[in-house]
Amino acid sequence: MSMKPTLSTGPAKAVDKGLLERRKAVAGILGDTKNMLIVTGLAGSKDDALAAAGDVPNLFTLSGAMGAAAAMGLGLALAQPDKRVVVVTGDGELLMNVGTLASIGVMNPPNLSILCVDNGHYGETGWQESHTSRGVDIAKMAEGGGIKQVRTVTEESQIPEASKLLRGSNGASFILLKVAPTDPGKLHRSRDASYNKTRFREAVLGKN
Amino acid sequence: MAEAPAWQDQLYDLLREFKVTQFSYVPDAGHRTLINRSIADPDVHSISLTTEEEGVALQCGAHLGGARSVLLMQSSGVGNCVNFFSLVQHGRFPFLTIVSMRGDFGEANPWQLAMGQSTQPVLEAAGIICMRAESPGDVITTSRAACTMAYQSEAPVAVLLTQKLLGAKAFSTE
Repeated sequence: MSMKPTLSTGPAKAVDKGLLERRKAVAGILGDTKNMLIVTGLAGSKDDALAAAGDVPNLFTLSGAMGAAAAMGLGLALAQPDKRVVVVTGDGELLMNVGTLASIGVMNPPNLSILCVDNGHYGETGWQESHTSRGVDIAKMAEGGGIKQVRTVTEESQIPEASKLLRGSNGASFILLKVAPTDPGKLHRSRDASYNKTRFREAVLGKN
Repeated sequence: MAEAPAWQDQLYDLLREFKVTQFSYVPDAGHRTLINRSIADPDVHSISLTTEEEGVALQCGAHLGGARSVLLMQSSGVGNCVNFFSLVQHGRFPFLTIVSMRGDFGEANPWQLAMGQSTQPVLEAAGIICMRAESPGDVITTSRAACTMAYQSEAPVAVLLTQKLLGAKAFSTE
């Protein structure tokens, strides 16, 4: 019999000792988001970014097109070379289009950083285990994709250095943030992509 | 390799006239000139993708940042893009793709027929306007109209470079 996932039916009730709480860790790594351009994945990672940055115009959030966040970040980083572009996504979203790490690795834009919030689960759909709970290491995939600056963050003491890299790397950087599989709750933001696009462009370009 | 027809260079010049600065692609023989010109041009990004849907998302990201992008792909790649077209449609992003057709007119590889015959219906079902170029004299007029609609009206548009235009890939006739 092939290896089956561990049956998982819900989030952890509390953050186990030694694990990072996602909202606090994401906010700690992002730091001040005022001058960043942020593209997020869906669900949990979107809410983490929203909690850290607020419902600001320089944040584009996906609620569909799963797997698109990193490639959107690449197009944005090439279009806005003088701005720091940060993609905040999750393990499931990134695995859906993991080849994008290779496209980013070869382009190596100086202003693009990816923060992958890895809780090892598909929280939105019933907390099924993702591949990263079963031995898959996305940081190695990022390295294999040619991204030269890669970190895995598992404890609080690693956050300042990871934050410095995310905010200032010269060349694409990738941070795998391992977090506890808790559910800190959903935050409201308009799911109207056209509205969010227009807000974003007005903020960045001064016009739509 | 045979010399590329003149419209291929003219098509690159047209895209540059429209200030396209991001050329993304999964390589295809039909796009050889566009790809090579984008590599040789110091003023544009030439982005090799691992799969075509990356180019859909890339183009939406480019628009967020105020840049114009085009996705070059073969008709089989359209099938890889379908879910990402929801980003284009729902977000009302401008979108331009130039699709070199297989499985279209005189195809000899049966594997190409299913997606080739599905390409235009799939694009249209996703809300993308399809414009077919059937002859060398057609390509630039059609592409200019497509660029205007995509970059000025901010509509989603696909130019289909048909096998009547490109010629079907030659296989042994046995």
